[in-house]
Amino acid sequence: MAKLEKSFESGLHTEQLSGRTQQIFFSPEEGENYFYPYNGYEVDLNKKAEFDAKDMEIQEINLKIRDLMKEGHGHIVMQNPMAKHSLVVGILNRLRLDIEGSLGYFGCGLIDGPNIRISGRVGWSFAENMMAGTIVVEKNAGSTFGAAIRGGDLVCKGDVGSRTGIDMKGGTIIVGGRTGTLSGFMMQRGRMIVLGDAGPNLGDSMYDGTIYVGGKINTLGVDAVPGEMTDLEAAWIESKLGLYGLKAPNGAKNLQKIVAGKQLWNYDNLEPTEKKIVL
Amino acid sequence: MCGIAGIIRRGDPGNIGSEMTSMLRSLKHRGPDSTGFAMYGVPEKNHYVMRFKVAEQEDLSKGFDIHQQIKDRRALVNSRLDEMGVEVKNEAEATEYAFRYTFRFDGDMRRTADYLEDIEGVEIMSLGKGLELIKDLGDADVVSDQYRLGNFSGSHAIGHTRMATESDVDIRSAHPYWAYPFNDVAVVHNGQLTNYWNWRRTLVHRGHRFMSNCDSELIAVYLADKMDRGYELEDAMHDSLEELDGVFTYVVATSDRLGMAKDYMAAKPMVLYESEDFVALASEEVAIRSIFPHEIDTFDPYEGEVRVWQS
Repeated sequence: MAKLEKSFESGLHTEQLSGRTQQIFFSPEEGENYFYPYNGYEVDLNKKAEFDAKDMEIQEINLKIRDLMKEGHGHIVMQNPMAKHSLVVGILNRLRLDIEGSLGYFGCGLIDGPNIRISGRVGWSFAENMMAGTIVVEKNAGSTFGAAIRGGDLVCKGDVGSRTGIDMKGGTIIVGGRTGTLSGFMMQRGRMIVLGDAGPNLGDSMYDGTIYVGGKINTLGVDAVPGEMTDLEAAWIESKLGLYGLKAPNGAKNLQKIVAGKQLWNYDNLEPTEKKIVL
Repeated sequence: MCGIAGIIRRGDPGNIGSEMTSMLRSLKHRGPDSTGFAMYGVPEKNHYVMRFKVAEQEDLSKGFDIHQQIKDRRALVNSRLDEMGVEVKNEAEATEYAFRYTFRFDGDMRRTADYLEDIEGVEIMSLGKGLELIKDLGDADVVSDQYRLGNFSGSHAIGHTRMATESDVDIRSAHPYWAYPFNDVAVVHNGQLTNYWNWRRTLVHRGHRFMSNCDSELIAVYLADKMDRGYELEDAMHDSLEELDGVFTYVVATSDRLGMAKDYMAAKPMVLYESEDFVALASEEVAIRSIFPHEIDTFDPYEGEVRVWQS
């Protein structure tokens, strides 16, 4: 119960999460945390399969993953994806997936539940609309990384492109390096932790949510303002980063916190032209 | 949408024809209308290479008596070259309507180029010591086969697969663009320029000519104009980010350099791979993977970034 209170206190339960598994996976009650209840394939996390995607077509690769899950494999290793687009899309299942190589555009979109590790780089629009689960990218990522995600942990240990977490609606995005322009644009919920520098217009037009930055912020976007870091959220960040072997450069407490000023859209009765004058 | 790509070898020349064909094949889904290559071969001392066409591909099916007209236009080109004192060393017929000439010349190249383009249907695709610009309708394999680029040896190349959005599907609107009449400057571009006409008027007033209404051609002429006025390539590219409006990523090549620039909105993609002896860049990593099947590290350039590499 103390854990639940702490969880509420740190704001983790103010979000209305919509992923099918989120309330289960991230329940502080923990009892059913590792149970996937909604028509998923029955998989055994100790049953491992491996395949080489080098000469396979995109659809063939995605069907192969489904077929392996249908056969009960809970641990799949994919070799040589060769930066092909639209791989590992719509996986709504418990699954440990190790990808040895790089993905192209639109990888891991609309996933709900799996734990994925990618040894290479990922292209634009990676993990778009992710609902739940964890993804760790060991190298760099392209632009619109984690666009509109609703839950889960999305981690890139290297640098990412522009518009990271655009329209983000929940979950956590962690960037080990630098992020480009307009990151957190129109962010609505969730947390983004950037350990390196952030490009221009950070958090532009954000509605809600929180961005933490370890490096230099080029410029803040419209209606993005500094917030005050609490001990509780610093502890949460350290704990979260620790899960992925990462550390804030000068300690979590010294990250810069950016939140919505809530002066821009729909927060008052000013006409749009008047808002621009006010801001 | 369009796909763009570039490669530069920082050591010995290699088969850039096959490498660029492979990259553009991988980008076919970004634009199937036309494909273009700007290849930088090994220059011969005191020799120029000129690629030109005397008709559009579609003229072959609709032009009256077009086959005879093509012969007549080519004969007129030869006669005017002779008249200007150009010593043609080799003539090759890439297609019925496109040709590759090598020649020696010490005279006024601008005047000669203008004189040739004064002939109806004639357009010089490229002119320089190393640059050979090939573009036509169809995908990478069609164009590469048609112009026999599979064994083209050189130091660097840029390429383009085009999805026509704001101008016609014809060779004239296909990329890359040569910066007429500046030797060896070519550009490929993905994006849109929103102050195209303002800059076109400015450059026309400075005496430049445009062969198309395509905004990508403007970038080539803009950069060549700057370099002609003493700017370094990199400085000219930095200026382009301030002076050209719109969303764009472009790749430029000169006789010995390859460069890329990305605007401040960073809305058009580019992935880079860089090693000691090779640089490859493309709209999508899948194009780079097509020539590097083993594991490599790639990254995205950021907003407002300019990079230049030397061969």
